[in-house]
Amino acid sequence: MKTLGDVAVGDSSTIIKLHGEGALRRHLMDLGLIKGTQFKVVKVAPLGDPIQITVRGYELSIRKEEAAIVEVQ
Amino acid sequence: MAASQLHVALAGNPNCGKTTLFNLITGQNGYVGNWPGVTVEKKEAKLTSDKSVTITDLPGIYSLSPYSPEEKVSRDYLMSGEPDVVIQVIDATNLERNLYLALQVVETGLPVVAALNMADLVEKNGDKIDTRALSKSLGCPVVMISALRNKGVDELLAEAKRAAATKGSVPEHRFDSAIEDVLTKIEDLLPSSVPASKRRYFAVKLFERDRDALRLINLPKDSATRVDELIAACEKDCDDDAESIITGERYAVIAHMIDGCLKKAPARMSTSEKIDRIVTNRILGLPLFILIMWAVYSIATGADAFGTAGTDWVNDNLFGEGFELFGMQFQSIPGVIEGWLVAAGASDLVQSLVLDGIVAGVGAVLGFIPQMFVLFVLLSFLEDCGYMARVAFVMDRVFRRFGLSGKSFIPMLVSTGCGVPGVLATKTIENEKDRRMTVMTTTFIPCGAKLPIIALLMGAMVGDAEASWISPLFYFLGVIAVIVSGIMLKKTKLFAGRPTPFVMELPSYHFPSIRSWWLHIWERVSAYVKKAFTIIFASTIVVWFLTNFGVYEGAFGFLPAMEGIPEEFTDYSVLAMVGGAIAFIFAPLGFDSWQATAMSITGLVAKENVVATASSLLHIADGTETDPNLWAAFAGMFPSMGAIAAFGAFNLLCAPCFAAMGTIRAQMNSAKWTAIAIGYECAFAWVVGLMINQFYLAATGVFSIWTVVAVAFAAAIIFQVVRPMPKWAWEDNDKVVPAGAVTA
Repeated sequence: MKTLGDVAVGDSSTIIKLHGEGALRRHLMDLGLIKGTQFKVVKVAPLGDPIQITVRGYELSIRKEEAAIVEVQ
Repeated sequence: MAASQLHVALAGNPNCGKTTLFNLITGQNGYVGNWPGVTVEKKEAKLTSDKSVTITDLPGIYSLSPYSPEEKVSRDYLMSGEPDVVIQVIDATNLERNLYLALQVVETGLPVVAALNMADLVEKNGDKIDTRALSKSLGCPVVMISALRNKGVDELLAEAKRAAATKGSVPEHRFDSAIEDVLTKIEDLLPSSVPASKRRYFAVKLFERDRDALRLINLPKDSATRVDELIAACEKDCDDDAESIITGERYAVIAHMIDGCLKKAPARMSTSEKIDRIVTNRILGLPLFILIMWAVYSIATGADAFGTAGTDWVNDNLFGEGFELFGMQFQSIPGVIEGWLVAAGASDLVQSLVLDGIVAGVGAVLGFIPQMFVLFVLLSFLEDCGYMARVAFVMDRVFRRFGLSGKSFIPMLVSTGCGVPGVLATKTIENEKDRRMTVMTTTFIPCGAKLPIIALLMGAMVGDAEASWISPLFYFLGVIAVIVSGIMLKKTKLFAGRPTPFVMELPSYHFPSIRSWWLHIWERVSAYVKKAFTIIFASTIVVWFLTNFGVYEGAFGFLPAMEGIPEEFTDYSVLAMVGGAIAFIFAPLGFDSWQATAMSITGLVAKENVVATASSLLHIADGTETDPNLWAAFAGMFPSMGAIAAFGAFNLLCAPCFAAMGTIRAQMNSAKWTAIAIGYECAFAWVVGLMINQFYLAATGVFSIWTVVAVAFAAAIIFQVVRPMPKWAWEDNDKVVPAGAVTA
């Protein structure tokens, strides 16, 4: 399974599914990360984590560990 | 409606300008930062222009889901029946995500007015928003405003009053017809006690399997089972779970709305993106951050810097020798007050109380203000312009290692100035456990008032108060204390749990408005000034009393005025008695003299007192931290270097001061948690002091039962730090339960 954390910096992709359950999953969905959403990985923090993505016209910082529940194309 | 109050709720995403609007229309100075999640509790104030209107500022949230405390506070309030109208603040530069919450608020059936904030930025970007089209599709009035520039706000308030008189907004948006069918069926199953305007809201909530909403409406068991069946069937048809279905439907509705109302100018690279290319650059990010921090501290506290010059001036002139300004000679404050007291014929006792107690004590605190002011001017700017969110982004990796997030860094930076605003700064941390942990550990970082103690220790240990290599050691000790505590506490029942998700919006950079910048600086400086004039003021009187009153030859009284008392009257003081009585606590740390104990006691009241107490107890007149006589007398209290270091460690790590304890109490909002925080800090400080002293003694060949105790503590700490997260810590309690399970 390819996840959001696996997308290379500068690449865009589309979300297929959010795995897991509970607060984190719902929080990501509320932020607009749902099935079919396009996003672009803008950069990785200097220490390798978290990553910054552009989604729905705004900038979001997300840890790779948390990005791992987001399956992408 | 003239007699009764009109209640207006302000709802919106974090960082959408809600608090700016709140401050503008109520004249309150609640603090606003360019930092998602500044308002954790809801705040209330009366409208400046109309006292019959009460405005409630809700926490910034992204959704009305049942998971975060902020979201619960907001929806509980919206559902409480109190608000007559909701002003839904929307960051117009980010319509899509902001409308997601707006849609849910409209669904509550309350009268809603949407305020499209940051209209000026939309215009600057060249975008166009058709408010009439948006109003139609959203089902509520829409007003363009700019809270920062005070545009459109009067119109917004007028619209809100009009809307309050209506029955409520009617959501216009419709989901996919298959979903609407299910929602209608759920609506029909709702008990008749749910009013018509709220039926759709509850139907959607039930569909999302929201257990809190379910509890509110008392659904009969057979209906709940039926609802479960309906949802399960729909989930099967859509091949997705109910929460995802609703979220997807909402965003689909929003995409449609935006198509009908937003004309976006061709995208170009924004200034924010340009800045971010450098500031959070993979290679430049960290060095740049270190450079900025270095610059901040050089300007504020460096030897020849701006802030230090101010502090020196206050200490040397205002509270020292007096000063010359425009060719006029001014006396120092103590000089002026002494003149008044003498002229008024005040007794020695009163003179001593006012000059040695109050003026000296409060003066010691006020001296820090210039440095602190400069520090807060710079830190507040970095925070308000959006840089601190990037710092959290850059530093998160480091802080996560010990169970905190990048957001814990800001309070620690502020704490280098003063722990009081440092503890206050934790309010931007949304997660409760993280916030508590940051409150407990942030004061380990040496604050401005601890610097003279460090200078005194340096003088006593190496004979040089400016020794540049020791001071970083104590900062290092503070940082290690934070890290070790973080790792240890995370594995206790108090803080256990999954690592907090760190999903954070990175707001666009903007130059903060002078007003909000100033409010932010003032909030912090005033927290410190208030501390000087309340707690320190009271504590200097207490300390003065403790050192100047006592028993000499069987009589209790004001010692300096007693017949035949030696110059060293403090040996007979109450402080000497108290210090002597509890000195045994510190014996294993190597300092069981009553003076050292008394210094620690006054340090618990306020760290600013420690050097002054040393000077008065050790009979070095006007001894300061740079006075070699005081160094020698101070070092003389201790049997070894290890004991001096242990004294330093205890005093720098133990509970900060009364003012910070009071702030911890306010921030924790719980007596139990305050006790845990302060108890932990003091116990940890004692253990560190014990280990330093005992290991020093062991290294010089002295062993005792305390050596064993110190080794045991060290082993326990190492065990707690290196052991893996215990299994029970992973229990998850936020699973979604089916509707039937709650009512059953």
